[in-house]
Amino acid sequence: MSTRKFGAPIKRNIDPKLLTGNGAFTDDINLPGVLHAAFVRSPFARARINGIDTSLAEQADGVVAVYTCDNIGHLDIELPLLIPHPSMTAARTQRPLARGDVYYVGQTVAMVVAVDRYVAEDAANLVDVDYHPLDVELDLEKAIEDGTPLVHPTHPNNIAADFTQVCGNPEAAFAEAEHVTRIRVQVDRSTAAAMECRTVAARYDSVRGELTVWDGTQAPLGVRGGLASIFGLDEDKVRVIAPDVGGGFGQKVMFPYPDELLVPHAAIQLGRPVKYIEDRRENFIGSNQERTQIHEIELFAKKNGEVIALRDSFLHDTGAFIPYGIAVAQVASTSIAGPYQIPNIHVRFRAVYTPTVPVTPYRGCGRPQACFAIERAMDQLAEELGIDRFEIRRRNLIRDEQFPYTREGLLFADGLRVKLDSGQYTKALEMAREAIGWDNFAASQEAARKEGKAIGLGLAYYVEGTGLGPYEGGHIKIHPITGKVYVNTGLTSQGQGHDTVFAQIVSDQLGVAVEDVIVVEGDTGTFEWGVATFASRAAVVSGNAIHKTAIKVREQTIKAAANMLEADPADIELEDGHAVVAGTDRKVSLAAIATATNPLRYAFNSAAQAATQFAPASRHDGPPLIDGQHPGLEATDYFSPECATWAYGVHAAIVEIDRDTCDVEVKKYICIHDCGNMINPVIVDGQVMGGFAQGIGGALYERIEYDTEGNPTNANFVDFLIPYATEVPAIEISHLETPSPLNPLGVKGVGEAGCIAVGATLASGIEDALRPFGGKKFHQTPITPSMIFGAISNG
Amino acid sequence: MKPPLFDYLVARSSEEAVKLLSEYPGAMILAGGQSLIPAMNFRLAAPAALIDINRISDLRRIDIVDGNVRVGAAVRHRDLEQNDAAFAANPLLRAALYHVAHVPIRNRGTTVGSLCHADAAAEMPMVLLLTGGWVTAEGPSGQRDIPAEEFFEFHMTTSREADEMIVSATFPGLPTGAGHAFAEFARRKGDYAIAAVGAIVERGADGVISSARIAACGISSRPVRLSEVEAALVDTKLSDDDIHRAGELAKQSVTAPDDAHATTAYRQHLLASLTRRVVRQAAGIMKES
Ligand SMILES: Cc1cc2nc3c(=O)[nH]c(=O)nc-3n(C[C@H](O)[C@H](O)[C@H](O)COP(=O)(O)OP(=O)(O)OC[C@H]3O[C@@H](n4cnc5c(N)ncnc54)[C@H](O)[C@@H]3O)c2cc1C
Repeated sequence: MSTRKFGAPIKRNIDPKLLTGNGAFTDDINLPGVLHAAFVRSPFARARINGIDTSLAEQADGVVAVYTCDNIGHLDIELPLLIPHPSMTAARTQRPLARGDVYYVGQTVAMVVAVDRYVAEDAANLVDVDYHPLDVELDLEKAIEDGTPLVHPTHPNNIAADFTQVCGNPEAAFAEAEHVTRIRVQVDRSTAAAMECRTVAARYDSVRGELTVWDGTQAPLGVRGGLASIFGLDEDKVRVIAPDVGGGFGQKVMFPYPDELLVPHAAIQLGRPVKYIEDRRENFIGSNQERTQIHEIELFAKKNGEVIALRDSFLHDTGAFIPYGIAVAQVASTSIAGPYQIPNIHVRFRAVYTPTVPVTPYRGCGRPQACFAIERAMDQLAEELGIDRFEIRRRNLIRDEQFPYTREGLLFADGLRVKLDSGQYTKALEMAREAIGWDNFAASQEAARKEGKAIGLGLAYYVEGTGLGPYEGGHIKIHPITGKVYVNTGLTSQGQGHDTVFAQIVSDQLGVAVEDVIVVEGDTGTFEWGVATFASRAAVVSGNAIHKTAIKVREQTIKAAANMLEADPADIELEDGHAVVAGTDRKVSLAAIATATNPLRYAFNSAAQAATQFAPASRHDGPPLIDGQHPGLEATDYFSPECATWAYGVHAAIVEIDRDTCDVEVKKYICIHDCGNMINPVIVDGQVMGGFAQGIGGALYERIEYDTEGNPTNANFVDFLIPYATEVPAIEISHLETPSPLNPLGVKGVGEAGCIAVGATLASGIEDALRPFGGKKFHQTPITPSMIFGAISNG
Repeated sequence: MKPPLFDYLVARSSEEAVKLLSEYPGAMILAGGQSLIPAMNFRLAAPAALIDINRISDLRRIDIVDGNVRVGAAVRHRDLEQNDAAFAANPLLRAALYHVAHVPIRNRGTTVGSLCHADAAAEMPMVLLLTGGWVTAEGPSGQRDIPAEEFFEFHMTTSREADEMIVSATFPGLPTGAGHAFAEFARRKGDYAIAAVGAIVERGADGVISSARIAACGISSRPVRLSEVEAALVDTKLSDDDIHRAGELAKQSVTAPDDAHATTAYRQHLLASLTRRVVRQAAGIMKES
């Protein structure tokens, strides 16, 4: 067999197309006669709607239709609660167009469809909505107090969910503690800010009764299911295509957003294609966000630093609605003990409604908050007990021989027990200690301080539950004419490079070049079983499904080739697109095998002659296709993981604070990372770096701002600070590869890894740097120059 | 984020542009469009017409007139930044332009457009004020020069009349032997300044400061001269104490309220730090004669 492609640092197949501007995104899809949609959105965080007058808008030149809750028929419903959970009662979800009340600035109130987006926006401004504003409370901690204005009158104290999970016997352990550390930490709200905002276009073919929707989504199958059920259509009559998608980061896994229903509805009603391309402001005020949590975390320890119990109680801002259930808070609460043994855990959260954009997962999904809480607490405990920060972690890490390590009582976001499956946690910590130069750091810090410089070292450990079920599938077919291998799976890519890693997996089994494996995803018309892209699951779940499928096709191919070459199957090798009898020059191409395994009547090309009825190799006794056999080389298989697989890593940084400007300079940043076997190190590094850049955003820059009335005040790229390339420091990544025992490829997910620990690492470093200059704690992100100034000025 | 309907007019000369301004009430001049077009897309500006001045070749000129740098209204930031004659006459231009946005935006945006836009945190209005420069306005009744002190009235508000367009800005050359420096802090590279300070310092042979001009942006509703700081520096030899005091005095000039990017207290601290930095640096680097 040729060299193994699994593990090779191959460049991404998609890059040439995307980097030369030849991608095809929803807005590039040419739909003759297309109409464009724009929305009227609430300018109030909470208000009652007394009336909506659309007459002026309807009369405007170029306007084709104006929709409100009164003329959308069966769509005038509360949208589905995607992930029900017993901790929520009467969970609130949004209506496609507001009826009666609005609950956040940006909520959709009316939709205008017009000949172009300019006219649609002009007309949206002509829709006259009579609002009666209501009181609001934006502060998360005040929102749960008695007497506070309610987002939903149905939910006293604005509590959407109140949920406690317990592992071990925390009450008993609390009593045995020799030392208790307690801190309050806060992580603020951010947004995915994908390069492409959300998009949807729809066309209805009334002759065939078929609805086709192009949707920049992470979940085309979910969207199809949603559309079919809400529109009362057979799933086969709805085709959802996610074309090239410019980044998702979780924001696009939520569905249906109002536009995902209203645009198809208008296309059906008006008999013309309709397109909605969300603009940046709409993305800030209308598409879901994540992060704000306030944790009160306590560590119960022995004097030697061993943490015997953890208690955490946190508030989770879920925004105005909770369509995705408690997923984010649940991931946070089950990741709270990080990589540590901590056998006794009591974790409670309350999800709180606030009159803001709804909260659903954004890359990290609760993990950055959990990591920030436990890691800041670990630093604090180390300081209080006078134990080195690396050492206190080492003493608490799960040891290699303890895997799999189950946290009985904690159910992860997949409804299954938390089971940390494998890892070399201690080794990773040692590697980090070495890479950042911990042992010599104290001396250089001392020297720098003598010169008045504020230099510090930061450290944080993280775990990432990845690769959740329920399942994904793979379908592989070898093309009889070209010999190219077509691969399908139900989830879809937003630029991650699935096509390359899946091709590598298939290439190894079928002995074809990576470029000859064509991966087609994101089209429910080509493969219709599966779930979606989220929780770093594509490589794990689809990757293993495709691997299993490739093995089946390999077996078929070898069997057929052995027959054609009159050889023992054990002697057949697949290489360079051929089946070869080992040690001979006898071979046959995969195209020829695929052709020959498909009994033919007509010889449409010379290779096909071999499969026709009078050819020598054809069966001349009985049916050409034996009962139970299928034509060609093709298979489908599925992979359903037993539970999530846990990746992990350590970040460490050396930072210097300029006390004049209060700017943070990252002088060195290292990452030790383990996602099991790496399919492609280039793509793994890219994922870690991209996550790291978003982590820098969350740690130092990005914060969605609302004023006290609930108006977003930085809903644009001028004031919402996403780090530029100039703000993202270099990162040195080293890998460990501890295979996961939970899947045949031994892989774990990597999508979210990079962003999780950055806030905790930089907070740790900044706190260390400024210790002699005021000694303030950094228990909130993003850490801004104003916060640093506050810390050094009155310390 | 689509602009409302507008007419688009191309002017072939400044006279024609001025004429069109009077003929189309509600019209606005389109220079590089780097501030105006986003404002229209956000529907913060809704001009009835745009008068494009980019094709007026006379306005593309950078001239050194009596040692001063005269910048035409269609001169891109980037052309001015890279112009060696302008640099020789007034090195502060290049130093400040480096901080104006990013290269792709400087390739398109104009320096005069930036002055007309008059963002309180913009660098070039501050440099015009610092160097004692002026703009030349052309209206139906002819041209007039408006000194920087009178031009910048408030954040995004100038004393330009509605029927006038600015045809050029003149940045005086620095006096021979003058020290100069520019320092800025922004949250991200290329963003508008949280605070930026420029300094021009002249020193006698005895090392005593004979004149000091200091200006800042980002700290108030328009660019400001730090006159208390200037007064305090003159006649000193820039001891550590003098420089420290200059920083403390600078803090008074901060009138910007707390915003999402900076608290007032932090901005004062930052302005004081940057003031000390530029004063030290200006005293060290003297312009070649
Ligand atoms: C991402 C980004 C970052 C930026 N960062 C900075 C920064 O850090 N610092 C900074 O200073 N600027 C920054 N800018 C703005 C940039 O400098 C613009 O070039 C400048 O503000 C306006 O110049 P313009 O030629 O694009 O003017 P336009 O956008 O065309 O016009 C701006 C305004 O001035 C008026 N106007 C223009 N020319 C004339 C004239 N001759 N007579 C009368 N009125 C006129 C217009 O009618 C309009 O009201 C940034 C812009 C962007 C997009």
